[in-house]
Amino acid sequence: MAMKRKHKRLTFVIIALALVGLATGLILFALGDGVSLFHSPTDIVNKQPGPDQRLRLGGLVEEGSVVREEGSALVRFVVTDLENTVAVSYEGLLPDLFREGQGIVAEGRMQNGVFVASEVLAKHDENYMPPEVADALKKSGQWKGGDGAAGPADGALGK
Amino acid sequence: MHRFANPTRFLRIAAAVQPWVMWITVALFGAGLYMALFTAPADYQQGESVRIMYVHVPAAWMGMFCYAAMAVASAVALIWKHPLADVAAKATAPVGAAFTFLSLATGSLWGKPMWGTWWVWDARLTSMLILLFLYVGYMALQGAFDDRARGAKASAILALVGAVNLPIIKFSVDWWNTLHQPASVIKMGGPSIHASMLWPLLLLALAYKGYYIWVLLVRMREELTANKVRILRLKQVHGG
Repeated sequence: MAMKRKHKRLTFVIIALALVGLATGLILFALGDGVSLFHSPTDIVNKQPGPDQRLRLGGLVEEGSVVREEGSALVRFVVTDLENTVAVSYEGLLPDLFREGQGIVAEGRMQNGVFVASEVLAKHDENYMPPEVADALKKSGQWKGGDGAAGPADGALGK
Repeated sequence: MHRFANPTRFLRIAAAVQPWVMWITVALFGAGLYMALFTAPADYQQGESVRIMYVHVPAAWMGMFCYAAMAVASAVALIWKHPLADVAAKATAPVGAAFTFLSLATGSLWGKPMWGTWWVWDARLTSMLILLFLYVGYMALQGAFDDRARGAKASAILALVGAVNLPIIKFSVDWWNTLHQPASVIKMGGPSIHASMLWPLLLLALAYKGYYIWVLLVRMREELTANKVRILRLKQVHGG
């Protein structure tokens, strides 16, 4: 009899866990993009959010696009997902990792075709190495991307 | 398995093994910390701040590892009613909670200089915070019943249900876009972390694991002894 009860409990636990897993999966699937932290430039070009909608934009800072306004903390740059681009303006301090070719996440609103950011965060990628190794990779031509920062591996774009 | 499920035999083995585990842990921490702080290079992008990784990443791994151990022990306790499984699950909870808290705290300290923020509600950080709440809920639920057996059963069910959070934490950085970067060590195509940084990281991961086993043995022995004392007291009261 003891054997039977053990088996009953085992079956019950397995079925209950499968149901909990399925329910969680459905909830996460329904939430979908709502769980994502930011929108890509392509999302923003397609959806054309209004000036009242606060949102986050994520992508790579386009090479050569960073312009710093003289005598102020105003910075203009272009964020790209290699398909579409969005122009960004931001006034304030940038994180240390902010540089061209680097992934960033900016929070703000679209105003007259320009994304006016109130906060800019730097993403960093999953590559860790000493500076000498990074230099050697660049010299031998095995570097996968822009200079100064890791290349736009799929991780830097976040999808 | 049944051989080791006997509490008396377990106590004998645990007492013999515990000092070895402690000294191995101390040695691993010594070697790992020395390599992490002195011989490992600075990162090409993050500079010296990358050293927070050696504390942060093993802590996050152990937060998840301890939860998995707790969930498995809870399942064994619920299904096969092994007396040691309950004790092991109960002993694991505060250790896992401490590791999870350490990973959240060091992650926050690392996020400020690198990302530019202490905290962001992305899928990885949020699911890790939920893990901490699951540990806290497990411990609270366990103590919420006058009847210890009912507390153990209720918290074991919570531990099992909460296990669905583990794959969510692991794959959060792949399923959604997040500020947190994707996996560097356990991923397809091998680690994307240089060997000079990977070795101290793995040594410290082993050191954290040794620490967990050591504390687990101490806590389980303490709990089993406390149970014995409780039974003796009850016998005294009832004159048996």
